[in-house]
Amino acid sequence: MSLARHWRLQNQRYRLLGVQCEDCGARLFPRRQVCPRCKSQNLQRYQFGGEGKVYSHTVVYDAPAGYEGFVPYIGALVELEEGPLIAAQLTDVDIDDVQIGMPVEMVTRRLRQYGEDGLIVYGYKFRPKLKEAP
Amino acid sequence: MTKVYVVGIGQTPVREHWDRSARDLAVSSVLEAIEQAGVEKADAIYVGNALSGEVAGQEHLAALVADFAGMAGTEAVRIEAAGASGAAAVRMGCLAVASGLQEVVIVTGVEKMSDLTGPAVEEALVTATDEEYEAIHGLSLVALNALLMRRYIYEHHVERSDFAHFSINAHKNASNNEYAMFRRPITVDAFVNARMIADPISLLDSAPVADGAASLVLCSEKVVGERANSAVEIVASAAATDAMALHDRGNPLFLQGVYESAQRAYAQAGIGPEDIDLFELHDAFTIMGALSLEGCGFASEGEGVRLGIDGEIALEGRIPISTMGGLKGRGHPVGATGVYQVVELVQQLRGEAGANQVDGRLGMAQSIGGSGATVVTHILKSP
Ligand SMILES: [Zn+2]
Repeated sequence: MSLARHWRLQNQRYRLLGVQCEDCGARLFPRRQVCPRCKSQNLQRYQFGGEGKVYSHTVVYDAPAGYEGFVPYIGALVELEEGPLIAAQLTDVDIDDVQIGMPVEMVTRRLRQYGEDGLIVYGYKFRPKLKEAP
Repeated sequence: MTKVYVVGIGQTPVREHWDRSARDLAVSSVLEAIEQAGVEKADAIYVGNALSGEVAGQEHLAALVADFAGMAGTEAVRIEAAGASGAAAVRMGCLAVASGLQEVVIVTGVEKMSDLTGPAVEEALVTATDEEYEAIHGLSLVALNALLMRRYIYEHHVERSDFAHFSINAHKNASNNEYAMFRRPITVDAFVNARMIADPISLLDSAPVADGAASLVLCSEKVVGERANSAVEIVASAAATDAMALHDRGNPLFLQGVYESAQRAYAQAGIGPEDIDLFELHDAFTIMGALSLEGCGFASEGEGVRLGIDGEIALEGRIPISTMGGLKGRGHPVGATGVYQVVELVQQLRGEAGANQVDGRLGMAQSIGGSGATVVTHILKSP
């Protein structure tokens, strides 16, 4: 497994760094070179805040190779506050407690490991938004 | 542009063929199709295949198929577009013949999946999605479809059991197709109680991946000659793409690629959805059946599932689908499926569909790659 393949995505995986279209205002994750909405190439780095709500969710029982150890786990589409949808796992929550519309926030967790002593890939997952202390 | 005719079809049963490789399966279907067509050579062989490198370490498949079909020397190329590979190969054949550059071509779709089991199957199928932003999160192709199905149920206020009718129809039709994998009916009870793969998608929402190969011989107006009176014509061949990842689509519940692909096909044929007599759609998952019916204009948004409930998708209904079993009942040999669909339309339009015969003149086939990023549509007309 190539280390560079994961290293070059660190700004996306650890920081949710995307882009904003300077012409139409679209906020995009992941980053692109061409705005899909207006075709502009004038896109600047944009930092997403990592908060959103659950758009849809699933519980995976039959996992692809490399993820069998995590089953059952929760996959989701999260609608970020800034607009776009993002695909990720939900964590720190019971399967039965997940609902569409539930507020969530980004955390950094282990995504997978390549083999027993292999490369461990970290990246974003989402957990139920913690309530602020009174 | 010349017209394009189908003058030969061939198919292997869709099974777990433990004793047969991709090359064996492909060659069997090619030989059957060229024998039926009565041709001895072709200008090219277009091979649709999604995963032979992933499954068997065998890329460069088209030259191998040509070689073992006794046609070394003939131009051959493999076409890959995930679950739409077979349909994309049909389209390449159509382009070649319609352009006038080639007179007779063979189109083959082949997939050998049973050499993989369990997690390796999911790992192979998920290569059709965005690796860096979907697959890395452990979201299988099934999981992505489950996200669509959950949202559909939520937005349109339907029940999971409402989707049962797609699978029941597919299994019922498959029971009369000797080439189909699942030749037994299923019930609503069985559907409701089936084991979950990625909630809310269960085993009985999902088409089984399997082994199989299907082939067509396509030819030009000049070659078909007097046989035009008995040959099925391909009156539309269209393809479209959509954003690769679910999260990059404006409204994930409307398959824009399905819509564009169908609209282009309708325009070529000079018809609308109301003129289609039967529809072989990409029912890899029940939710894809509902969304395909909506995207192609057979139902409005949120109403696709109703066509199943109301029996409109049955052989005698308004728009029969999966008439020989579909992906769910016939089985889904991934990159071969699009060619199977066209083979089955030819059977129907020639009046060779036996107990499943639909009375119709125009049939449509549509294949979807990944979660909807590639969509290829063909419309065929009876002689
Ligand atoms: Zn823009």
